[in-house]
Amino acid sequence: MNREAQLFDALDATTATNAKVDALVAYFREAADADKLWVIALLSGRRPKRPVTSTQLRQWAAEVSGIPDWLFEASYHVVGDFAETVTHIAKLEQRMERSLAEWVRYVEDLKDLPEVEKAARVKAAWAGLEGMELFVFNKIITGGFRIGVSQKVMVKGLSKATGVDEDTLAHRLMGDWSPHHTTFHDLVLGANEGDDHSRPYPFYLAYGIEGPEGTAAGAGVQDLLPLGDPREWQAEHKWDGIRGQLIVRGGQHYVWSRGEELVTDKYPELEALRKALPDGTVLDGELLAWKDGAPLPFAELQKRIGRKSVGRKLLADVPVVFMAYDLMEHAGVDIRHRPLTERRELLERIVADAQHPMLTLSPTLSFTTWEDIVAHREHARTASIEGLMLKRLSSTYEVGRRRGDWWKWKVDPLSIDAVLTFSMQGHGRRADLYTDHTFGLWHEGQLVTFAKAYSGLTDAEMLEVDAFVKKNTLERFGPVRQVKAELVFEIAFEGISPSTRHKSGVAVRFPRIARWRKDKKPQDADTLESLKRLAGATLSSTTEP
Amino acid sequence: MGSTPLLSFSASGIRCDQADVYIDPWRPVDRAIITHAHSDHARRGSRHYLASPTTKALMHARLGDDLRIDTLQAGQTGTINGVKFSLHPAGHIPGSMQVRVEYKGEVWVVTGDHKRHADGISDAFEPVSCHTLITECTFGLPIYRWKAPADVFAEIDAWWRGNAANGVCSVISAYSLGKAQRVMTGVDRSIGPILVHGAVAKMNTVLMDCGLELPPWEHITKDTPKERFRNALVITPGPALDTPWMNRMKPYRSAMASGWMQLRGWRRRSNIDRGFVLSDHADWDALLLAVKESGAERVIATHGYTDLFSQYLRSVGYDATAESTEFAGEAGADGTEGTRSVDPSGRPETDAS
Repeated sequence: MNREAQLFDALDATTATNAKVDALVAYFREAADADKLWVIALLSGRRPKRPVTSTQLRQWAAEVSGIPDWLFEASYHVVGDFAETVTHIAKLEQRMERSLAEWVRYVEDLKDLPEVEKAARVKAAWAGLEGMELFVFNKIITGGFRIGVSQKVMVKGLSKATGVDEDTLAHRLMGDWSPHHTTFHDLVLGANEGDDHSRPYPFYLAYGIEGPEGTAAGAGVQDLLPLGDPREWQAEHKWDGIRGQLIVRGGQHYVWSRGEELVTDKYPELEALRKALPDGTVLDGELLAWKDGAPLPFAELQKRIGRKSVGRKLLADVPVVFMAYDLMEHAGVDIRHRPLTERRELLERIVADAQHPMLTLSPTLSFTTWEDIVAHREHARTASIEGLMLKRLSSTYEVGRRRGDWWKWKVDPLSIDAVLTFSMQGHGRRADLYTDHTFGLWHEGQLVTFAKAYSGLTDAEMLEVDAFVKKNTLERFGPVRQVKAELVFEIAFEGISPSTRHKSGVAVRFPRIARWRKDKKPQDADTLESLKRLAGATLSSTTEP
Repeated sequence: MGSTPLLSFSASGIRCDQADVYIDPWRPVDRAIITHAHSDHARRGSRHYLASPTTKALMHARLGDDLRIDTLQAGQTGTINGVKFSLHPAGHIPGSMQVRVEYKGEVWVVTGDHKRHADGISDAFEPVSCHTLITECTFGLPIYRWKAPADVFAEIDAWWRGNAANGVCSVISAYSLGKAQRVMTGVDRSIGPILVHGAVAKMNTVLMDCGLELPPWEHITKDTPKERFRNALVITPGPALDTPWMNRMKPYRSAMASGWMQLRGWRRRSNIDRGFVLSDHADWDALLLAVKESGAERVIATHGYTDLFSQYLRSVGYDATAESTEFAGEAGADGTEGTRSVDPSGRPETDAS
């Protein structure tokens, strides 16, 4: 695995995208096909099934390091990454030489072994590797191979090394492939390409309309003017569901989430669409919880997301529909290069022909001026709409996030002032810093936890809060510190729903730190009652979609 | 041990009641013994100081000529009100000393900051037997284990050589006192010239006056020709990194030489191209070795992962406790002179070792 260690060292040793791409190009030109295939798999989020639990790994790591369990745990919290912690603590004894593909097999082969044998083999690997090789092994066994290289950068390097263009590669690397069932040649160079009926297209992702402060919040009609003539645009609601891709090919149907996860089995009601849609159809749209002709709040849909199998009751309580807004493949032909108007026309016909309650069409909004769009947005906040989508009528269906033809414009977030109550060390580039914060609102003289948030502060503020936490710790609960109630932050979020899991009785969606309210004292922070009033106001202001 | 311990932790610092002397006090006192010249250990404002000759020279340069500093050579003993004080090399930076304190047969040692690896510029750490050891533990967790310095310098040389071959300047952030000179001494100077920031130049001059030998170096001035940077290794304190001062070095790559670079999280948020794990502090193994070789029954851990380190020592049979100090450890955000604000790591510069 030496060549891969060299690659990951090079990727790790630079912050410059070009240098990362160069390192990848060199690697893809030199390495063995079987290993390259695994690098592509790992860097695109595919990994062997985890053969051991994290509890087992922690126990074995403490055993080999000869330190008490609690010290291993404490070290882990400082490092913020299990794979890295073991890399620092393990000691090389007997070198083991294997290729990346062989190491992956080594990990996969652990699956059916008795626990003692698993332990012996994992410990042997820990004593047989060091540095980056050991880190890579640990990443393979623990999963979550995030090492500062996006799939996009990887695809760029692969494209340069092979001469296949990036969009084509991005499409080829989509879907349900595994290095066990393909070869570098088939996957990357596209031999036997038509074989995989389930393969989705890469999603086209929109950028947000931004106001002067770089967020959607301050944006107004002046920020729409650069889009030009309103007559060249189509507007829809931005639905608050799960982006999905519905494929009907070869008599089968497949549902993909935006995270490239095959979720067909989680939405069994969509199976009916296999017969309702013509073979060779691929739709882009939103999975929405939908009942009695109206969408249910996202919180309802959330009940379906984590479930592997869906029971009858849940199916009845939270039925899901597919709200289509684009057509990528028609009659077995990729039509992404055709303009939106044409795709939309075909889409409308397909949805009308299907005449199926599980398939609806995302309505377009009528408008003649940008002021109309501003007005639409102002009325857009409901339980299942989070803003507007603007798409140029002539736009082709692009790969990934692109500026220019598709824009999203979210409604302003809700916000409330809360007090920092607990803090925990972060991970990755936040390791060894207290950056994962818990916030409370006042209720009967006590601070009641209502949200956790990690993002939104500048690097300088992050360090300042970290120093505050270290100096104002009241009590430690393992890695968590309770701090003096002193700092006030404005917490922004997208929506509120009742919750039985949270002490506060409500759950907020996408909480993040909007700003540090240094001007406010803890007693000036908001109350739980004001949050609930906000919830009441939001949920009752539902407009007709 | 009597009712009052020989050394205690007071609001002003580590204090010896019997002699009315403080060691590395963080508030002005009458008499202070200084372990080394880093700013979290040597502060202005006290009336009398006692330090090694090199530390004295460095303190005058950093804190002012008006300081009244007596010197004590390593191994020499001074007596104050019956208490014997002596200094013993700590291996941290040039002039750095441990302080041995003896009264009526009881011996305490304050290590100050210390390290084991030979660095080519400091006198080697010398184990001192004692009953009670007060040690730092900046890197007191088993995740901190240093590679052999020769391997780290091989990495630095390879990086510098690669940059130089492409006409790219190599800028390395290293603390101006100690780390900077260690880097200069350790690299392969045949690759190109070594150019230094003014703060480093100042420390180089003082140390050379004290008899330290350094490889040839140049102080970067307005007149330094741009071509000079193309194959150069620039050594700068962290706060100057990526400031307009570095504009004319472009194109350049940046690196940091510090023990904190051991962790990927630190490296990634430091916004530098490379992190080299090179520390002037003891790693986990060296800390344990220092404790063992001192023969101490009692250990007091200061600055760093004090709670965890002392808890570990207790688990292996020592009488160990943690004391909070104002040395730059985890809580180093307070007090220590203002290098912190620009340092991307958020640690005071003295600590970024």
